[in-house]
Amino acid sequence: MYLGKVVGNVVCSIQDEALRGIRLMLVERVHGGGVVVALDAVGSGPGEMVYVCRGKEASFAFKGREVPTEATIVAIVDDVQRVGEFS
Amino acid sequence: MLLARIAGTVVATRKDPRLEGKKLLICQLVNTKGEDEKGYIIAVDTVDAGYREKVLIVQGSSARMAYGCKDIPVDAAIVGIVDHVEREA
Repeated sequence: MYLGKVVGNVVCSIQDEALRGIRLMLVERVHGGGVVVALDAVGSGPGEMVYVCRGKEASFAFKGREVPTEATIVAIVDDVQRVGEFS
Repeated sequence: MLLARIAGTVVATRKDPRLEGKKLLICQLVNTKGEDEKGYIIAVDTVDAGYREKVLIVQGSSARMAYGCKDIPVDAAIVGIVDHVEREA
């Protein structure tokens, strides 16, 4: 899992049926790395810091549904505390 | 999940029988502005995407959850055709 910032969203009218009703957000990694498209499981919005679950486990956020995703926003970050700098 | 543009097709006669009837497309990765990025992916098409359309790709084992891809050997599937991308400045 990693921290990211929501920077926008993607709209698809033709999509897998299992994705219907789920928002697709653009997430930029906080500590380097590019922008990925992640499904939103928590109702996040642009500008918010979130954390993203990657891999097959990303679909576990939508319990009971087989959602084809490998990146899902699973939490909105309130605060991060760390001693020293991020490397 | 990645954004890409359809750049071509792949044809294979000899393949895993479970891939029969599946359309394999060459997908050029693009950024949020629609500009080409380095690299491409071969993905199974589940949404009837066409040449030069911008699409959404799911990678890894989650690709098997896409429509019609259960228990078949794929690690990338096209799951959406992108209408537009909104990005903050």
